[in-house]
Amino acid sequence: MRDGVPSTSAQSALTRLRRRPEAWLLVVILIVGTIFSLTARDFLSLPNIIDLLETYSVQAIMAMGLFVVLVSGGIDISFAATASVAQYCAALLASQLGLPAPLVIMSGLAVGAILGCLNALLIHYVRITSIIATIAMMSVSFSLLMYFSGGKSIYTLPDWWTDRIVFWQTETESGDLVRITLPIVAMVVVTLFTWAWMIRSSAGRQLYAMGGNAEAARRIGIDIGRLQFVAYGYLGLMAAIAGMLQAHRVGESVPNAMYNTELAVLSAAVLGGASLTGGIGTVPGVLLGIVLLAILQNGLNLLGVSSYFFQIVIGITILASTSLTVISSRRGRRHRILAEAPANG
Amino acid sequence: MADLTNNLNSGLSDLMSRLRSGMPGGHAGLMALLTFLVLGFSVLVPNFASVGTLQSFMYQLPLLGLLSLAMMAPLLTGGLNLAIIATTNQSALLMAFIMRTMITPESSAGTTGAVILLALVAGLALCLLIGLATGVLIAYTGVHPILITLGTKSLIDGISIYLTRGMALSGVPEAFARTGAATVIGIPLVFILLVILAVIVSIVLRRTPFGIACAMIGSNIEATRYSAIDTRRVLVGVYTMSSLICFFAALVMLATFNSASADYAQSYLLVTILAAVLGGIDPFGGFGTVGGLMLALTILQVISSGFNQFGLSNYLTVAIWGGILIFVAMAQTMRPYLAGLLRPRGDGPQ
Repeated sequence: MRDGVPSTSAQSALTRLRRRPEAWLLVVILIVGTIFSLTARDFLSLPNIIDLLETYSVQAIMAMGLFVVLVSGGIDISFAATASVAQYCAALLASQLGLPAPLVIMSGLAVGAILGCLNALLIHYVRITSIIATIAMMSVSFSLLMYFSGGKSIYTLPDWWTDRIVFWQTETESGDLVRITLPIVAMVVVTLFTWAWMIRSSAGRQLYAMGGNAEAARRIGIDIGRLQFVAYGYLGLMAAIAGMLQAHRVGESVPNAMYNTELAVLSAAVLGGASLTGGIGTVPGVLLGIVLLAILQNGLNLLGVSSYFFQIVIGITILASTSLTVISSRRGRRHRILAEAPANG
Repeated sequence: MADLTNNLNSGLSDLMSRLRSGMPGGHAGLMALLTFLVLGFSVLVPNFASVGTLQSFMYQLPLLGLLSLAMMAPLLTGGLNLAIIATTNQSALLMAFIMRTMITPESSAGTTGAVILLALVAGLALCLLIGLATGVLIAYTGVHPILITLGTKSLIDGISIYLTRGMALSGVPEAFARTGAATVIGIPLVFILLVILAVIVSIVLRRTPFGIACAMIGSNIEATRYSAIDTRRVLVGVYTMSSLICFFAALVMLATFNSASADYAQSYLLVTILAAVLGGIDPFGGFGTVGGLMLALTILQVISSGFNQFGLSNYLTVAIWGGILIFVAMAQTMRPYLAGLLRPRGDGPQ
């Protein structure tokens, strides 16, 4: 992942690894996973893992978009509202006007991208701080959605939207059907694309540069304004995809179904090492953050722990892992060599 | 002629700067907006300009007002406290729990009073504990406050939900509820509480070394540390203060709802940030006054009251709050451009 830095010896590679939040996260995940697989019998079974992947695919896709914005040095609270609006608009077009599938999907994506670009407009041209601009946008777009929809769900989605699309399926010895469905495939595609895009394309590298130091990036000729639109537009697009996939999974469009997921996604992204000050973070790290939250919830469920208890566990996890990451990186900071690049992909 | 205009210009800018540093902390624009809104609603809404409206306004404002004060102190240091609603709810839950388990119908007035006092002390102690823990975590780990308070919010909410199973606790004693609804010469007690706390917070933030250290930390924490200020202690103090204000918010919540629950007022969390920023508090820290915050709260509440009397949906009110924030921010950005556009035209002919 760290491109262009030759490793001098195995030991220095190890110390470098110790400073990466992803490494710590992986250790935590392995420990938690081992505990759960020993105590909860079904935890490591294939059906459970596939089910877990499908459940968290929507959040993972939104996290990928949010990751790009976090790397660019901004923050976005409005993506869950954007996802709801895009989903509901697309559902209206499909159920009321009966438009064909490609048109509905395109317009849903367009709504998401436009809302994202509106954020970028407020942040870049009106110069509102990103957290404030997106809070304001969230209250405007979500409240308007609730006002105009009256809180009514749309149950009459067309078949092409709600029919499960199975890419691959098999039957385990115990007779459980295991299916790789559209949400999982979409999550994998989005993750791989985001990863390649952020590391291998010039736009991705420019986003890292801008998050690290916007003024320095501007002076070497990076178009900051364009990049803001790219980052927030990408998040809007991802939110729209996630919103439509969510309707695909549950078979209906509920205006407030995704409300309040923004802080969960944000904590997953940050758990995975994406810095709130920008310029730092990796796609695998963010994915690990989602995985940690997912297996915690799933494992506790399988163990029969009350779901009311889950939020306590999330809170402790966030506090412990962020503090641990910072403390471990602080210990390493004193010995950091100048030649070492910052941890960004 | 040129001298005259120059004099006039400098006189005007003098006046403007004096107006700006005046009572509500230099918010001429917000004052104008408020006046415009009040006048507009008075003309358009039949019963808007009445004592009843004013009184309901004074009952509704304190909860959001106190929560915004709790949000403001960390914002001033460039941080954020996302756990204020969770803290408030848990403190209210604890007080409600003590009052309803220890007061029986046959307990005497003396016992009731003692139990209420005990509940208040317990609620205050809980807030103190939460505030200290949050402050220590933020000051000594150096993790971004958004993360720490996201974690504490999740943790506190989780504990409240786990213990109550998501149910609301009711059964606040008569005496407590009556005090909450009481008025002094027509002014609700809860509103007086808000005013007193706003004045105290304002004095603490503007006139004490602690308050000045807060603003300095918001501007530049490293420079503050090098000026021999124990920034860690100040940060612990800020989050403790924020948490203590939550205790008073919990009192108001108990008095107005007569019950406590883990999910009351959750939607206020982002509104408090909105109110603070609308009131001119720099979200990066360093600048902002309580006066501006109160003015912004008044504007938000006037919009909400007016729209309610219009019979418009609550959702639309929130949408308009967001719109107002964007509008005010736009006006602030546009002002230099507009001034730049106007000046050459005035100076041109001379």
